[in-house]
Amino acid sequence: MTEPFLMRALLGGMGLALVAAPLGCFVVWRRMAYFGEAVAQSGLIGIAVGLALAVNLTTSVLMVTLVVSGLLVLLGRQNLVPIDTLLGLVAHAALALGVITASLVQGPQLDLMTFLFGDIFAISRGDLRWIYIGGIIALAVEIWLWRPLLAICVHEDLAAAEGTRTETFKLLFVLLLALVVAIAIKIVGILLTVAFLIMPAAAARPLSETPEQMAVFAAIFGMLSVALGLFLSVSLDTPGGPSIVLMLAVFFIVAVVPSVVRHRR
Amino acid sequence: MDGRERQPPSSAASGGHQPHPREPATWNGEVVAPTPAPGQRRLAAPSPRQELIGARGILVSRSGRTLLQDVDIEVAAGEIVTLIGPNGAGKTTLVRVLLGILAPNRGEVRRKPGLRVGYVPQRLEVDRTIPLTVARFVALGRRAATAEIEQALREVGAAALLERQVSELSGGELQRVVLARALVRSPELLVLDEPVRGVDYAGEAELYTLIGRLRSERGFGVLLVSHDLHIVMAQSDRVICLNHHVCCSGVPRSVAQHPEYARLFGPQASRAFALYQHHHDHSHDLAGAPQPSPSVPPGAQEFK
Repeated sequence: MTEPFLMRALLGGMGLALVAAPLGCFVVWRRMAYFGEAVAQSGLIGIAVGLALAVNLTTSVLMVTLVVSGLLVLLGRQNLVPIDTLLGLVAHAALALGVITASLVQGPQLDLMTFLFGDIFAISRGDLRWIYIGGIIALAVEIWLWRPLLAICVHEDLAAAEGTRTETFKLLFVLLLALVVAIAIKIVGILLTVAFLIMPAAAARPLSETPEQMAVFAAIFGMLSVALGLFLSVSLDTPGGPSIVLMLAVFFIVAVVPSVVRHRR
Repeated sequence: MDGRERQPPSSAASGGHQPHPREPATWNGEVVAPTPAPGQRRLAAPSPRQELIGARGILVSRSGRTLLQDVDIEVAAGEIVTLIGPNGAGKTTLVRVLLGILAPNRGEVRRKPGLRVGYVPQRLEVDRTIPLTVARFVALGRRAATAEIEQALREVGAAALLERQVSELSGGELQRVVLARALVRSPELLVLDEPVRGVDYAGEAELYTLIGRLRSERGFGVLLVSHDLHIVMAQSDRVICLNHHVCCSGVPRSVAQHPEYARLFGPQASRAFALYQHHHDHSHDLAGAPQPSPSVPPGAQEFK
């Protein structure tokens, strides 16, 4: 495992897993998996725009995910269409628009698979820098947000009555989510990004007694899945991103089995 | 400000619930409705009341429906104010406005600068997807040392729950734990929104006894929301009867005799209340009928 491209894949993937773990807990607690999905799928528009303007793709993706997140927050204020319908609508519209724009920009030789499932082995030194700078910012903000966001997840009115500025923190959370999704798209692609957020947190839940434990376990599962997934990928020549996600699923199943068995008794 | 400083209304209250009005000069057992500005009614108070939280001229309407109209309310340091009213009267809405959770369409909310609020919301359910011990839940109220958390839990009789998961607690246990979270903040104002919902009658009396005792010890102001009338009213310094607007307000006994109160809760409610005030050898069942004294809930004696 000393090939440079493999080391970069490992460093990038594990860095992402670490950053995604606490954020993923909040995504699970606030039931925002579909929100993340809608934001991630809009990332394809960002890729197309980036290709057209020949700028750094992560930057253009980040711009689009931020705009779409803000749009979703605004659209969430109406109550004529339920929120899951709205999120599905935005996700599919964004995917359709993204595919059309990308094929217009790139023509018939467009390799859509790379964008949909990512290419972890193509992480460059520049990408790695992006992941680590963005990741350290994201992690610092997560630590700062942890307590107020946790209070909001537990009971929003109670948090507000105790003086937490709930609207501010909810907005910061959404912006942070957009940042992490933009970074993750490069590694695991548009369709698997949300898996990186929710699957480690879901696997960590049955083993955790406190919210902090859940975040730590999620980070451990995420990083282990990156290592094992890459090993699987290199050994069996399977695609990188999907191999990691498959490992995450295995972790979840192993973690959840005892509580399923307990429940049946 | 010294949080334990005793204000006149609370000193009077801690002495028990005498049948006579506490401030004869101004209150005189009279019900004032609609409520004028609180200051005007308190002229005879020997020292100035320190207002913790107050609202004036509150209007809240949602989707064309008026939930609150022209509501004035205030809670001063050390006093227990009970907000009563039928279901759907806008009690929780008013609490949310006072706490700054909900912005009123019109009106002004005043709050003592830096006011520490302890809040016990009406229905608190912690999602099972969040792993959360009781200790961690209480610490969300304030970054407190374990010893302080244990102390707060002991005060509400829930010390044994420290390591339990919040999602596994019963309704009564959870209520105590939420109260402990409010206490660990050393609140100047405790706001309880129907804290006895889902708690049995003995548990209800016990909870009110506890709140009364904590108020005496710590001197915080209490805003209590309730839709039931017996024990709550007996320990309140003031009762405000709400049905989208303030119907009537005053000392408990006078509110109970007010025609607006009788209209809202039925004549039975006034009669049951009066009995409670004057005869202390019995308690009341949920319908308001007198019960012989063996069924007096533990602790209820303290409030007579």
